Amino acid sequence: MSVFAFYLFAISVIAGGLFTVISRNPVHSVLWLILSFLSAAGLFVMLNAEFVAMLLIIVYVGAVAVLFLFVVMMLDVDFAELKAEMAKYMPLGLLIGLIVLMQFVMAFGAWDANAAAGGLRTQVVTDEVQNTAALGLILYDEYFLLFQLSGLILLVAMIGAIVLTLRHRGDVKRQDVVAQMMRDPAKAMKLNDVKPGQGL
Amino acid sequence: MIGIEHYLTVAATLFVIGIFGLFLNRKNIIIMLMSVELMLLAVNINFVAFSHFLGDLVGQVFTLFVLTVAAAEAAIGLAILVCFNRNRGSIAVEDVNVMKG
Repeated sequence: MSVFAFYLFAISVIAGGLFTVISRNPVHSVLWLILSFLSAAGLFVMLNAEFVAMLLIIVYVGAVAVLFLFVVMMLDVDFAELKAEMAKYMPLGLLIGLIVLMQFVMAFGAWDANAAAGGLRTQVVTDEVQNTAALGLILYDEYFLLFQLSGLILLVAMIGAIVLTLRHRGDVKRQDVVAQMMRDPAKAMKLNDVKPGQGL
Repeated sequence: MIGIEHYLTVAATLFVIGIFGLFLNRKNIIIMLMSVELMLLAVNINFVAFSHFLGDLVGQVFTLFVLTVAAAEAAIGLAILVCFNRNRGSIAVEDVNVMKG
């Protein structure tokens, strides 16, 4: 059963990644990316990393992929023109991909786990504490500074994104509270005494 | 039985797909950003696989930090993209040489 689940998730991770890259419509690309993230979350559940799996769904599918989808749909760009030259870069992409793949295969063939590697563990997984609780204990205890720094990174990213995309448009009317409060009837209104049978 | 080699193979394949996508979509910077996300996902799969098979939780902690940086990078990248599209009216990345750097 777990073998079947692994191959299901693994194949859909790889298929999702491949179709993300080669899909002609960028909206389809984002949807394939979401499939890839969801399947990777399934792989993480199989590896007993439930918290990271849920975080992957919440952060990636819930925030990052939706952000991509939003930008793809907001920017009205002619993607067919951009895709037209895809075939030109295909040989170079295949060449670089094959080279990196061969490097991985060579590194993988020579790879061997050291028997003493188990002694270097700093946070050994135990059966007594659940994954989320154990992660919380480590994160708030041993890695507190890094945790704070990652919060700082998110703050900087948030401020940067707001500053980059903020703009003041001259043709949009906005409420001016001070001007509104300083108005009085004497300046804002004019009373005309209109005689019967006459216009203004 | 599924061993660590299977997970490493999946992660390596996904990483290579990410690199392939970077070169294949040289004109479309949105797909390039998605390829970078795929590569970071492959790295995360490696981290979690080693964390599980070594019995060490630090790999999962590091995955959280990679996730944070990936989210920040996506937000900043897309903000720059929106800004660029507003100024130039296109997202073709070969136009990004106005500074002649």
